[in-house]
Amino acid sequence: MLSPQNLESIEVLKTRYQSPQSVVLEALWMWQDEHGWISEDGMKYVANLLQVPYHHVYGVVTFYTMFNTRPVGKYKVEICTNISCMLRGSRKIIGCLERKLNIRLGETSPDNRFTLMEAECLGSCGTAPMMQIGDEYYENLDVLRVEKILGELK
Amino acid sequence: MLLPKIPGLEQIDQYESRGGYGILRKALSMNPGEIVDVVKKSNLRGRGGACFPTGLKWSFMPKNSAKPKYLCVNGDESEPGTFKDRQIFESNPHLLIEGTIIACYAMGCATAYVYIRGEYNKWIKMLQKAVDDAYGRGYIGENILGSGFSTNVYLHRGAGAYICGEESALMNSLEGERGYPRVKPPFPAQFGLWGCPTTINNVETIANVPLIMQLGWEAYSKIGSPKHPGPILVGVSGHVNKPGVYEMATGELLTDIIEKYAGGVVGNKKIKAIIPGGSSTMILRGEAIEGVRMDADSLKAAGSAVGTAGMIVMDEDTDLIEVITRITKFYYHESCGQCTPCREGTGWMFKLLKRFENSEAREGDIELLLDIANNIEGNTICALGDAAAWPVQSMIQRFRDEFEKRVMNSAATVGSMEAVA
Repeated sequence: MLSPQNLESIEVLKTRYQSPQSVVLEALWMWQDEHGWISEDGMKYVANLLQVPYHHVYGVVTFYTMFNTRPVGKYKVEICTNISCMLRGSRKIIGCLERKLNIRLGETSPDNRFTLMEAECLGSCGTAPMMQIGDEYYENLDVLRVEKILGELK
Repeated sequence: MLLPKIPGLEQIDQYESRGGYGILRKALSMNPGEIVDVVKKSNLRGRGGACFPTGLKWSFMPKNSAKPKYLCVNGDESEPGTFKDRQIFESNPHLLIEGTIIACYAMGCATAYVYIRGEYNKWIKMLQKAVDDAYGRGYIGENILGSGFSTNVYLHRGAGAYICGEESALMNSLEGERGYPRVKPPFPAQFGLWGCPTTINNVETIANVPLIMQLGWEAYSKIGSPKHPGPILVGVSGHVNKPGVYEMATGELLTDIIEKYAGGVVGNKKIKAIIPGGSSTMILRGEAIEGVRMDADSLKAAGSAVGTAGMIVMDEDTDLIEVITRITKFYYHESCGQCTPCREGTGWMFKLLKRFENSEAREGDIELLLDIANNIEGNTICALGDAAAWPVQSMIQRFRDEFEKRVMNSAATVGSMEAVA
């Protein structure tokens, strides 16, 4: 289910496009924001809501990397390892995160607080190395700063 | 001019007090065709990577169309090394909005979609606020400033896919599809969004439009390099003291950009290599950038391209095999999977490069790698295949010794192992 507020927004969004199918991504975002990840139920719900085939929604969800197709921790920590960040020490930041959170890249902590992921370039090359947690960008990272940020999240 | 250092410019009051939206008023009093002509004569070239003449692109749009016409503003910004559009959303969003409305008026578009990568949600919210404020003052919506012209501006959030920066993939994504590039022709100006005439322009390109209207095409065309004029946002990253986005006229020397803008190389080390315009552009040897300028012609002559002007500087201690392996991994990850040469080839290249990275490369692997790259290039629906091939081809061409070392090392390793046995 989506909240009444989101359902109302979807009706507004539908008026902006020639086809309700255009709202699929936004509806999936809403589902993910409300539920944390997009389950099969979520996909079926969105398909039904926008009157598009379920297989189409499935195809969309699995194409875009930001949609979680399985549960993730409360904090999804995504660290950029692309070239500009790599040149400025993202590997060290990963090492620090793995040690501090006691999980490896791609894993979720047993208490479901943290999921650690590798990300492709997040457009923060001038402030590398960086990581994203939720909507927030954490830039110009060094080990001390990472420890401080994690401390504040706990 | 694109990013003036004026505090609070992202606020509509401050933007208006600096004359903002005055150019829109002027533009709306002109004939739409005149505006297309002005942009054409200004020689503005797209800032999204291909440097295509913007006015010419606009002129492809049919003047009379029974179907609605659309403008898509491309803010997918995902090319590694590129982080300029983000600065526009953050510091000067109204310039982008003003440019968007002028572009819509010039081409007769009743709707503009600004497509922004999903990761930039924070910046989407910033731009949305600016859009809401502009609606509030009557710069967007019905009968704009009493001109009789109406248009809407909608933001559309992506969800993590580099390929959606490719214009036809972007349209598919807007239609709620997977981000698969379309076969061209038909071109977007004839058959774009929902089969309607559509133009897709990069964020920075659109932000240049009010400047052209303000200065006039003649003055604008004299900024920087004559064949590729205007202000350009250059993002410098990697081993420099002051990485960041710098605004300059086109045609600056690359060496000046590194020294004067970005504060030189960290630790005063020598430059081993630079990638001048985002990870897709061909890598240049450090000593080869002397005299090369940040414009389309100069970089083309040097054997590379302006791309998105996202310049990545690598010092003498950089492991270039590691660099090219990481770049290739990116394209492997981002290939949409439609075309076999790209879907399979990027993976094969990555696998081979891993052998080099681990000093396990075999005799003939350099040729094999090159052969795969050459067979991806030009054999795919969109330019992602080329974008994956060019870095590999140029790296082998310009730093072959780096590859050979890893082959020799592995041969030496095998040799010593045999001796032990």
